[in-house]
Amino acid sequence: MMKQTTHIKVENLTVKYQFHTAIKDVTFEIQKGDFVGVIGENGSGKTTLIKALLGALDISSGNITFMDDLKVGYLPQHIMRAEGLFPATAEEVALMGLLEEKRFPKRFTKNDKAKVKRIFHELGIMHLLKKRIGNLSGGQQQRVMLARALISDPDVLILDEPTSALDSVIEQTFLDLLKSLNEEKETTIILITHDLATVGEYIDHVIYLNQVLEYDGPFDEFCKNTKHSPYIHLHAKSACGHEMMKKEMKQ
Amino acid sequence: MIGDLLEAFSYGFMIRAFVVGVSIALSASLIGSFLVLKKFSMIGHGLSHVAFATVAIALTLGSAPTLFTLPIVSLAAILVLKMNEKASMHGDSAIGLIATMGLALGTVLASLNGGFNVDLYSYLFGSILTIQSIDVYLSVGVSLVIITLVLVFYQELFALVYDEEFARINGIKTKRFNVMLAILTAVTITIGIRAIGTMLISSLIIFPMVSVMQLRLSFKKTVIYSAILSVVNVLFGLSISYLYNLPSGSTIVLFSGFVFLVIYLGVRMRNLGGFRSEKV
Repeated sequence: MMKQTTHIKVENLTVKYQFHTAIKDVTFEIQKGDFVGVIGENGSGKTTLIKALLGALDISSGNITFMDDLKVGYLPQHIMRAEGLFPATAEEVALMGLLEEKRFPKRFTKNDKAKVKRIFHELGIMHLLKKRIGNLSGGQQQRVMLARALISDPDVLILDEPTSALDSVIEQTFLDLLKSLNEEKETTIILITHDLATVGEYIDHVIYLNQVLEYDGPFDEFCKNTKHSPYIHLHAKSACGHEMMKKEMKQ
Repeated sequence: MIGDLLEAFSYGFMIRAFVVGVSIALSASLIGSFLVLKKFSMIGHGLSHVAFATVAIALTLGSAPTLFTLPIVSLAAILVLKMNEKASMHGDSAIGLIATMGLALGTVLASLNGGFNVDLYSYLFGSILTIQSIDVYLSVGVSLVIITLVLVFYQELFALVYDEEFARINGIKTKRFNVMLAILTAVTITIGIRAIGTMLISSLIIFPMVSVMQLRLSFKKTVIYSAILSVVNVLFGLSISYLYNLPSGSTIVLFSGFVFLVIYLGVRMRNLGGFRSEKV
């Protein structure tokens, strides 16, 4: 598959907080249909980068350009307000994904509710529609959040460590679902992860951050580069082994 | 007893008390629905302490307490928000600072003014006898404004309390809505202190929502039922207060506490009895 349409362009991005610089002079491009893994140690600036992409924080310098009015879906790292007593149904939470496209006064129609039903059906969580969000398990809540992110039919889906609350079986199903979205709808996926062992086989583009951009390119090249050996040894040994094996088999 | 209660409506002060009570009940419960879920409900308690200080100042200066209190309590509400955002301080600490400062200032002023007189005492714990026509107009006006704002911005407010970051990313001006909630809380507190009292008004913000939350309904139903329960609590509280000659604010709070207990225990017993079901 040729991936030539640039979706997101980040140029010389720097984000400073009150007492430290989170990311410095980061430049990269993401193409339509990319499945990107944003990796790095804790505190390397991964979440800051994603929040900057989403416009959730003020950047200190540089530019972020989204081409062609792209719709962006977002799945946050922590599932918010999921305590048992929070009075909201999965349907009410998923409808929030349509807020941005609603004009004043924001009201949801029968058509919007039908959209929620369709997404829930596709994700196999129709039985959760009227359940209270706080009564759902971590995996079920994560799927509802994914429904919220997908309901606006996004061109780009940004996920911040989405599998951290999932057990291994659900994790696999979740990643397969992302892959099928990526392949069938050409949705660009940007996934923050520290767990390359699990997601390594799904991603094709790696952005490796350590406050500065250490690497931006194909996953197999990342694995080959000895400069990244310490990170690979700690976090990506099996993923890189698998990737290299895949490459050899292709050859 | 019913005859006695009907007789109450022949008195102008009781009619005013019921109208003000219902209006404040609606305002406080609607604002409370969002404050409780934002875990910011104690702002009402903090602001009521500030209101106590400003009432003490107003009585010392001989000016109208409501008009004097409204701008200062609104400013205090914005100050709490800013301290929470900018001064690296958690919301509860900011509220604690403002509340204790307000209480201390009010007490010092009361002491300088010859101690707690009847006027100041009535503002502390509420007195339906002191409600005037201007309070009726103000409380009805405020409740109409709050009902309208909640209806118009319902989706934005829901997003704000469920996931503020997501709301911000989706283009909702979260800072503006936080300021709006804080100012509406300040206005509700100021209008409510005549009938319920500065020490007890925050209960009207908290009790209806936490009571209905026990029923585990959808968000929409929770907000509606909380408003209905708030009105019921105030009507029963005022009636009991009239019948047994008890302080209005305290009676409303005690009745609200009793209703919370009944709902809480009822839900627990239903769950223990194996009738657990989820009706949203």
